[in-house]
Amino acid sequence: MQTVIEGENYSVEWDPTTRTAALKGILRLNGLLEYAPIAQFLSGAVPAGSMTLDLQGLEFLNSSGIAMLSKFTIEIRNRKTVDLRVVGSKAVSWQGKSLVNLCKLMPTLRMDII
Amino acid sequence: MAEVIGEFSEGMSGVDDGLTLTFSASSIPLKHRWRNNGLSADFLADYVTTFFPKDEDDPASLSRQQEIRGAVAYIANELLENAMKYSEEAIASPTTIKLVLAADAVLFSESNCTGAGRGATFLGFVRELAASDPSEMYLRQLERSAESGGSGLGLLTMVNDYGARLAWQFQDLHDGTMRITTQVRLDI
Repeated sequence: MQTVIEGENYSVEWDPTTRTAALKGILRLNGLLEYAPIAQFLSGAVPAGSMTLDLQGLEFLNSSGIAMLSKFTIEIRNRKTVDLRVVGSKAVSWQGKSLVNLCKLMPTLRMDII
Repeated sequence: MAEVIGEFSEGMSGVDDGLTLTFSASSIPLKHRWRNNGLSADFLADYVTTFFPKDEDDPASLSRQQEIRGAVAYIANELLENAMKYSEEAIASPTTIKLVLAADAVLFSESNCTGAGRGATFLGFVRELAASDPSEMYLRQLERSAESGGSGLGLLTMVNDYGARLAWQFQDLHDGTMRITTQVRLDI
């Protein structure tokens, strides 16, 4: 895992061998504009093939972050070239409540809450 | 004449056994004040956990405490982010957030002032939210916010993901401004 973006309470890490992007920490940025660097990285990470988005270490995400993840999911859905898997954690309460909505946006998305 | 939407509790503002945070209007740029939302939300969430102690012999008590902590932190943060985004800096009126613990619910009441124009736009959104199927509107707004950002997603997640009940009061202050109070009831 290499750190590609680092903020005050969060980081984005990338493992090119497993094509896994991991969001970690606490994300409460102000609007989609502040989320743009993360959105751009996720969007450009894998042009085609499999990709895993690991959110297990993301303790907190505000609604602007949920909008960013929704935007990414819709983009992947429309591109039709990426097989996306999202991994969440049962121990992080927001994930059990809000991540299921991504499956509604993209029914072929594989969601594992472990 | 104030407009009320949802089961708004007039009495809640008179309840004393809660915790209220007040933020004065400030000249410090929004970017520098933004982190106060998260700090305040975490403080409110930690405060609430005192009333849901964890029992080392009961794993369910720990997960319940974590779930309530997470929900309070999320809801309080969204209310404060909205207040900060939509309050107008020229209006020297404080923003308050109050948290009250009832026997079966955590109640939030957040109040801030904004210009009449912004207030009217928000009132339009709230009327639509109150009249819609929340899960349907949520998915619609997720698609829409992916294009433009904003769009009341914070309030919709409270209803759709956390099962919270929302109510509002819009008071026209007759000086070109409006005081908006948002109440959230989270059953526990």
